[in-house]
Amino acid sequence: MILQAVTLTLRLALAASVLLLLLSVPLAYWLAFSARRWKFFVEALVSLPIVLPPTVLGFYLLVALGPRSPIGHWYQAITGHTLAFTFEGLVIGSVLYSLPFAVQPMETSFAAVDRRLLQASALLGASRWRTFWRILLPLGLPGVLTGFVLSFAHTLGEFGVVLMIGGNIPGATRTISILIFDQVEALDYAAANRTALLLLAFCFLLLAALYGLRRRIVWGLWEWR
Amino acid sequence: MSGGETPASGQELSVRIRKGFAGEDRRSFVLNVDFTVAPGFTILFGASGAGKTTLLDCIAGLQTPMQGRIAIAQHVLFDSASGVDLPANRRALGYLLQSLGLFPHLSVRQNVQYGLHGLPAHERAARSQEALASLRIAALAERRPAELSGGERQRTALARTLVTRPRVLLLDEPLAALDAKRRSQIVDDLRSWNEKQRIPILYVTHQREEVFALGERVVALEAGNIVAQGPAHEVLHRPELETVAQLAGFENIFECAFIAAHSRQGTMTCRIAGCAVDLEVPLSRIEPSRPLRIGIRAGDILLASSPPQGLSARNVFPGVIERLHQRDVMVVAAVDCGATFEVHVTPAAREALQLQPGRTVWLVIKTYSCQVLQASG
Repeated sequence: MILQAVTLTLRLALAASVLLLLLSVPLAYWLAFSARRWKFFVEALVSLPIVLPPTVLGFYLLVALGPRSPIGHWYQAITGHTLAFTFEGLVIGSVLYSLPFAVQPMETSFAAVDRRLLQASALLGASRWRTFWRILLPLGLPGVLTGFVLSFAHTLGEFGVVLMIGGNIPGATRTISILIFDQVEALDYAAANRTALLLLAFCFLLLAALYGLRRRIVWGLWEWR
Repeated sequence: MSGGETPASGQELSVRIRKGFAGEDRRSFVLNVDFTVAPGFTILFGASGAGKTTLLDCIAGLQTPMQGRIAIAQHVLFDSASGVDLPANRRALGYLLQSLGLFPHLSVRQNVQYGLHGLPAHERAARSQEALASLRIAALAERRPAELSGGERQRTALARTLVTRPRVLLLDEPLAALDAKRRSQIVDDLRSWNEKQRIPILYVTHQREEVFALGERVVALEAGNIVAQGPAHEVLHRPELETVAQLAGFENIFECAFIAAHSRQGTMTCRIAGCAVDLEVPLSRIEPSRPLRIGIRAGDILLASSPPQGLSARNVFPGVIERLHQRDVMVVAAVDCGATFEVHVTPAAREALQLQPGRTVWLVIKTYSCQVLQASG
């Protein structure tokens, strides 16, 4: 039972963090460099999951993904089932829930890259696209890596959103944190302890590896070029 | 594009723009210039905050002027009237930033090849190798910028810019951080490079030596406006303007108050602001109500170890040496007479007069060594 929950949680965290990587890099780029006046509005929106109870996010997601909403209806028409109480629904919820953890480190590291380097690149004939791949991304890599790992770790431990939109279906939506809740509900404290300890140790090791190796990993990447 | 176009020679850069910018103390100025840069070196000279970097940024497309026109011969880069505004990456200019902007994660060779990405690999390799060799950094090709000395970094940045064969070259105090010897080596390399290319080079500096080493023409910028331009020797011989005075080497510039005119003697007395030192200066046409400055070259001041007598010089003041330091082959002394004067003497004179901090000396300044400067405006 633990193994099933662990595999599911890892699959969920990986899917969410990879999707977040694809979504957050352009979003962080826009937040770091756009001169739009209403940028603060998007920044506030992205940061909402940090302060909002997961149940609020989960509740609205449940409504939005349910068969009565346009999105839910459209999805049901194509696939034959709803998004709520499915793995795909969990992925969508996790992406929204972990968005600030992915975007913020990336935005910070993009904004910290010396503007004169980006200008030097343009002066040498490089398009924005080329400047992004050759200069901004390599120099902002510590932040991108941090955003990726943080969103992965954050998804591992998520509870409220999963419970609201995923329910508790073994193999489909029962993640480690839900399992722990189940075990406590069943008064099986020994099992709950094993599962909780597993999650604790794994998250700690992941973060320790990130912070310990961040600089070396990046310098290493530079060395390979 | 940085591609394989042949360098366009004999083409003039013309610039006519207006642009607001923040000056030295965050005050806002309007850059308002209209000038051309012919093939060869043109020195852009001005104090910090005069708008030099803003001007180069506008030419290169990093900043957008409020209005005006920028063109290389018939090729328009910016024109507010017709709405043309080429982005920086399509202007095919070389712009060496003051901060150099070397990419820290790329080797010297990768930095130099960065602007050649449109070319086939073998040509890219050949051209970068040629540029590395001509700037004498071929041996450093695999190093990172962090592993280079200041001079090597300047050469790398210069090679990276020159290798793209730009139509116009903009250099923002590229050699400011180097000592005189290294500076003149790079200046020689740059000069011989441009004998072949013959492109317009706009060279920002506040170093007089570079003006004389490079300057065919000088454009002097003050608070966003061109206050003098022309052949270097002409501009330098009209030192009424403060920016030009600094260019012409008046190390001592004092704010002064007009005290009295002595029309029979052909002199007037001016008092240095904030102290009791009165200078006898040539009688000049001035507006007594407007700020007045007196410029004195550090090399025109004599030092005496005892009170001198029987001199024609009208200005003799006692003072105490504050500091002494050697710059190349001259000794720079700071002498406090109430106001602090910079005085240049030879090392031999330091020996003979036994100059050292704390010693009392007499400054001797001829009336005609005092240049009356009028603040522009």
